[in-house]
This record gives sequence, C-alpha cells and structure tokens, in this order.
Amino acid sequence: MQHWIIAPIILPALMGPFITLAMRHDVTLQRVASLASAVLLVGLTGALLVSAAGGNVESYELGSWPAPFGIVLVLDRLSALMVTLTAVLGLVVLAYAVATNWDQRGRNFHALYQFQLMGLFGAMLTGDIFNLFVFFEILLIASYGLMTHGGGRMRLRGGVQYVIYNLAGSTLFLFALGTLYAVFGTLNMADLAERAAELPAGDGALLRVTAVLLLLVFVLKGALLPMHFWLPNTYALAPAPVAALFAVMTKVGAYSVIRVFTLIFPVTLAPMGGLVADVVVPAALVTLAIGMIGVLGGGTLARTVSFAAIGSMGTLFLAIGTFSELATGAALYYLIHSTLATAALFLVVDQVRARRGNSALVPQAPLVRSGLVAAFFFAAAIAMAGMPPLSGFLGKLMVLQAVRQADWWVWGWAFILVTSLIAVVGFARAGSVLFWRPHDNNTPAPSDEFQIAPGTLSGWGMAALGGLLALIVALTVAAGPVTGYTNATAAQLYAPQGYIYAVLGTPEERAARLAAEEARADDLHGADHGAPAHSDAPATSEGH
Amino acid sequence: MEALVAIAIGAMTASGVYLMLRLRTFPVVLGLSMLTYAVNVFIFASGRLVAGAPPILGAAPTMTDPLPQALVLTAIVISFGMTALTVILALGSYLNAGTDQIDIERPGEQPDADN
Repeated sequence: MQHWIIAPIILPALMGPFITLAMRHDVTLQRVASLASAVLLVGLTGALLVSAAGGNVESYELGSWPAPFGIVLVLDRLSALMVTLTAVLGLVVLAYAVATNWDQRGRNFHALYQFQLMGLFGAMLTGDIFNLFVFFEILLIASYGLMTHGGGRMRLRGGVQYVIYNLAGSTLFLFALGTLYAVFGTLNMADLAERAAELPAGDGALLRVTAVLLLLVFVLKGALLPMHFWLPNTYALAPAPVAALFAVMTKVGAYSVIRVFTLIFPVTLAPMGGLVADVVVPAALVTLAIGMIGVLGGGTLARTVSFAAIGSMGTLFLAIGTFSELATGAALYYLIHSTLATAALFLVVDQVRARRGNSALVPQAPLVRSGLVAAFFFAAAIAMAGMPPLSGFLGKLMVLQAVRQADWWVWGWAFILVTSLIAVVGFARAGSVLFWRPHDNNTPAPSDEFQIAPGTLSGWGMAALGGLLALIVALTVAAGPVTGYTNATAAQLYAPQGYIYAVLGTPEERAARLAAEEARADDLHGADHGAPAHSDAPATSEGH
Repeated sequence: MEALVAIAIGAMTASGVYLMLRLRTFPVVLGLSMLTYAVNVFIFASGRLVAGAPPILGAAPTMTDPLPQALVLTAIVISFGMTALTVILALGSYLNAGTDQIDIERPGEQPDADN
C-alpha cells in the first residue's frame, strides 16, 4: 500500500501538463484523457478508503526523508474519506461539463481541472502544514482559472474579487505559519502536536494567536461569517460545473479546521481552553441565519443556492465547533451530504439557465421540457433544506443530537430548526416561481442576472445530475455504514496518538533510530581520525 | 535590529491593509504586494535574526536557521506569480467592463459611471 498514497496527487499532476502539451488541438482526446484520469482517481481513492477503513494510519515519507525533517503524506480515515468524496464529485461534475460542452467555452479547462483535483488531494493528504499552504495555493491557482473559464464581463469582475480575497487569505496563512515556526521550530503537524502539548505555560498567548490566525484562514475558505463575502458572487458567476466542484472547496476549509484543531490545538490543550469553540459556535449560528435568509431573498436561483451553501457551512461549523466525538461524526456525515446537495443544486441552476437564459426568480415564459429539471430541483432542494426523507434530514438530526450535549444547545436547536423552515419557504418560493407560476409569455426577460452564458441542453448532462442525486439517495440508504465510518473517524481524530506515532514512530522506535544514528556518526568520526564530523542530518529537507 | 525589522513589518502590513481596502484595482494590487513583502520579511525573521552567520551547521560558531530561508523562497515565488496573475485578471476585467472598481453592482443596478 505504501506508494499508493501519493498516486492521487501524481496522476492529475502528470495528466494536467500532458493534456495541455500533447492534446491541445484534439478535443476528443482531451475529454477521454481527463475522464479516464477522473475514473482512475475514483478507483485509487476508493482503494485508499478501503485500506484506511481498518483504522491504521499510514505515513508516506517523500524522498525517504525521515519524519519531522521531510514532508510526509498521511492517510487516515479522515483524509481517505475526503479524497474519496472529492474524486467522486470530480468525476460526476467533469462528466456534466463534458456533456454540456462547458469544457469548450474556453481553453485549458481539462488541464486546470486536473490541477484543481491535484491541489485538493494534496491538501487533504499532507501531514506538513507548510505543504498544506502550498497545496492550498495550487488548488487556488487552478480555481482562479476555472472560475473565469469562458470569460465575460461580470465573470472577470467576480474573478478579481475572488482572487484578491483569497490572496489576502494566503498572506494571513503565511503570517500564521511564520508565527508557528517561530514558536515551535517545526512545521510537521504530528511534531507540532507533540510540541504544543509540551509548551511552557508562559507561551500560551503565542499559541492562541497562532491558533486564531489559522482558524481565520480556514474559515475564510469555509465561508464562515464574517469571512463569507467572496462566496455568493463567486459561486453565482462561476460556470455552473465549476461552482459544483467548488462545493468541495469550502469543505477543504472545514477539513483543515477539523484536522488542525483536533491534532495540534485540541480542546484538551490547557492554554487553548474553549477559545476555538467560543469563536466558531456564535459565528456558525450567524452564518446559518444569514445563509438561510439569503435563500429567501436571493433574487436569482444561482444566488439562492450560493446562500444555501453558506447556510450549510453554518450547520457544519456548528457541529465542528462542538468538538466532541459524537458531533464530529455527525459533522462528517453532514459534510458528505452538503457537498453532494450543493453540487446538485448548482447543476440544476445550469439546467434552468439552459432553458430560460437566466435564473432570475421572476415569472417568465414557461420552461422547455421542464418536468425532469423540476423533479431534480425538488429532490435537491429537499436534501439541502434538510427535509425527510433524504440525507439532509438525517444529517441535521445527527447534528441536533450531538449539539444536545453542549450547554448552549437551546441556541443551536433554535437556529437549526428555524433556519430549516426559512430554507424550505425560500426553496418553495423559488421552485414555484420557476416551475409552477402561471406564466406570462409577454414578460420581457430581465436583462440577465449577470450575463452568464448558460450551458446547453443535454441528456447526458441530466444523467450526470441524476447520478449526483442517486448518490444522495445512496447516502441516505447506506446511512448506517456511513455513520459507522464517520464515527470511527471521529474516534480516531480524538485519539491523535495513533497519528503522531504513525508519522514520528513510537517512542521505542525513535530511541532505536537515534541510537543507530549515533552509532553511524561514531563510525564516521573514527574513520576520519577526528576530522570535523559533517552532520548529514537532512535539516533543510523541506524541499518547497 | 529586532525593533527595526518589527517596525518595518508593521508599517508595510498597515500600508498593505489600507491600500487593499481601496475601491480601485490598482491600489489593491499594490496593497497586496506590500502585504506579501511584509509577510516575507516576517517569515525570514521567524528563524531568529542572526547577523553574519552562514545557514550551515558546523561551518562557523553560530549558524542561522536555513528553513525559513527556504520557506520564504517558496512564498516569494508564489506571491510573485500571484501578483502577475492578479494584474492580468484586473486588466482583463478593466478592458471588458470599462471600470476598474472592485465591487460588483447587483443585477439590474447601473454601474457607477462617474467614479
């Protein structure tokens, strides 16, 4: 299993340039290569998921540089779950983009898509926090290209906003990393976890500053209030398949929060206290409220769905901010659901645009062939709002149950239940305007929400959308095994010793390795007759 | 030396944040560059400030930490590329939209012609 961990990063990293360089002029070849890569990635990550499900943590040392000096990739239940989710979503969305010709609206869609996947997989697998920054940059650079794919006046302006917001976020990330390195002298996450636990009490303030800086960066990615401003315009203006793929980008922020704040800064760490939860929980409550109120007043279906995505991040962060095993298990189930539901809704938006030219929520001439789209919208909206019988209901139920343990549970319940009602009303309004309202053929179409060119009508595109909804149904039917896995994941996260030992070795292994090093150094020393012993400890191996 | 570096980082960060909050693209790009300069110096300083020492163990009595130097190289390369990308994107957006304002009017609103 050893080398397979890096395969999901290597494959798209090779495929991206290959598509650009060798297949530039052949659309069919590009599509075949891109889809083949996406299918392979689903297989690869599926194998990783099976391998991680047993509960052992595997660490892969790049270039065989031993752990705190070199970069490691770590496969545990959480990262396996995230990469599999990304690969599956990536395949479905790519199939949709190919079927609706979105990939031909501009150049280099497929190469950028591969790089986007590479960045996502890297961020989820890496065990080194500076490397996490590098993979964040890779996925962002690719996302800048994808977001402005196809061009157009408004999309470019939205792109500028998105890029600037994220560049500010990256700078903040670097400030956090600088502080982290100044305090601990290491960037390996397992090593950081050990050193944070041993930090003298006087340095608690530095620890808290670093933790909050990192938290800001991650919640910016996760669109938690007040860092959510980039999301509505970006998602509404991006090409719809790209917006659907971006559903997993906000989840990378959530993943990083879970990873860093269970491993490096757990709630059990004395200087941290309840700091992170005290910040995240109120912010999550407001995010939930703002998101779902936005669903009610979005004005266009695209913005409505964007705000629903913000609202679902609120629910997710509420569960994450509870920081208990039960709540994290619930959060992970909700995370899978929310990714699939958001992506499905954005594909519905694209199909609505393809039929009426825009997604403005005002009565217009009837949609052509709207039956299936209406049904898909209905299903996706039910899932997103958290109505039974789909997985959104189960996810919210689990979150409610987990939040019940916290002493602020009344607030959590009130916000989740009331905002669910608001979301139901919002989606019902949007759906009835789009599909049911008595139509007036003479109403002039609004000059368009943002002059977004719609996708094309395509049976295969509808099939891809149906596939996404089938995944939501499967997630509901298989809720038992899936929650079994997410709860096991949470248990693994709250016992970080396994992760640390897998990366750095158990204390006995480390002692043995140190003894071997010393014996080797003595040998060299003896052979050189007292020549100055050059240390070949790879202290500079962070080959960024 | 520490005070000087700290003041320089602080001043650059403050100017960067101020410029980044402006309404037009050009000052924002300048502000971002300023911020990245600040963070580069900050990362460099995170390995402690040592004057005149090589980043090699055993070559001299004192040494300076080489890792932040490697990190800052990465950060410089990334921020350099990002600045170039932002400029191109901002230029494209300006040529397409005829305005270099950062904010986007809501659908149906008229873009502000006079500013």
